[in-house]
Amino acid sequence: MKSWPLYEVFIRSKAGLHHKHAGSLHAADAQMAIENARDVYCRRNEGASIWVVLSADITASNPNESAELFDPAEDKIYRHPTFYHVPEGVKHL
Amino acid sequence: MNVVDIESGFQEKIDKDIRIEPRDWMPDHYRQTLIRQIGQHAHSEIVGMLPEGNWITRAPSLKRKVALLAKIQDEAGHGLYLYSAAETLGAERDQMVEELHSGKAKYSSIFNYPALTWADMGAIGWLVDGAAIQNQIPLCRCSYGPYGRAMVRICKEESFHQRQGYEIMLVLCQGTPVQKAMAQDALNRFWWPSLMMFGPPDAVSTHTEQSKRWGIKRFTNDELRQRFVDMIVPQAAHLGITIPDPDIKWNEETQHYDYGQINWDEFWQVVNGNGPCNKERMEARVNAWKEGAWVREAAMAYAEKHQHQSISKSQAV
Repeated sequence: MKSWPLYEVFIRSKAGLHHKHAGSLHAADAQMAIENARDVYCRRNEGASIWVVLSADITASNPNESAELFDPAEDKIYRHPTFYHVPEGVKHL
Repeated sequence: MNVVDIESGFQEKIDKDIRIEPRDWMPDHYRQTLIRQIGQHAHSEIVGMLPEGNWITRAPSLKRKVALLAKIQDEAGHGLYLYSAAETLGAERDQMVEELHSGKAKYSSIFNYPALTWADMGAIGWLVDGAAIQNQIPLCRCSYGPYGRAMVRICKEESFHQRQGYEIMLVLCQGTPVQKAMAQDALNRFWWPSLMMFGPPDAVSTHTEQSKRWGIKRFTNDELRQRFVDMIVPQAAHLGITIPDPDIKWNEETQHYDYGQINWDEFWQVVNGNGPCNKERMEARVNAWKEGAWVREAAMAYAEKHQHQSISKSQAV
């Protein structure tokens, strides 16, 4: 028999916050994945909203290429406020 | 980079306390060690539901019944967090279940002891969950990200398990002489098996050293066992019941409680399948799996049938 596919579960803990990855589980379909996610990841009011997505549908960056992927941001210190000089006594800047 | 560089880079990350995540490079032995350990841990949660399930319909009050149900449901959840952590390493769920059923994969030997009286629900929560928590807290900092994250969630949820167990013991100990004797009897039967939960002594523990180097394990079996003894002795004193070990005494020099010799022959007997309930536990698991097969198949058939029909589903964004 074909086993139930794997879903990744994302939970919004309360309105105003992002959905955050909680874990994964097996379910026959997406609706069942949400119902199971309620029981597996929200037994203590951890959730206000649930997203599920087939694990196989996620495209991830390759950790072996992390250096090249994130390298362009590394030397751009001028993107941070601390790069700029603020004269003594000047406020609200 | 050659293999040696990759491997030493891996160890460097571990030494710097940088977590390893599923798609990162890792030595095959690290992967296999984690699959084995997380799998055993998951199986223990699942099999651990059985001795307690025995008491749901016989809980002495509605309050005790809902607490026990909630605890057992947590254990199912903990098993599922752990199975999915193992799956991030490439293990297949069905194969893990198969290895449990065939006896290839182990689970904590404590669950091969019977739960004979209601007091055993107290002793299990207090001692068995107490020992599990000692083992699990350091695992929250395990070098493998998904395992550590699962453990954080599990530890948070498990603190109520130990408290409800201790409360059951407390109520019995404040009850009639017969009830107190029942609590004492449960402590007598669960004390030594609880000490064995920490695994063989350091001198013969085969996995400890490598697991420590890899940041999977933070403390040795004997260190954790000692912490457990130090925690339980005063708690037993408060209950007014006696730990069944005449050698328990405070050691001023070490600032720990000394305790007697553990019967390791018994431990190995139970691990190797000859405990009081090994056969019964596996039969219950295998039957549940077999009898649930039609449900799994029907759900899958239903899902496949509806896959191509346009069903209204709410979009995430």
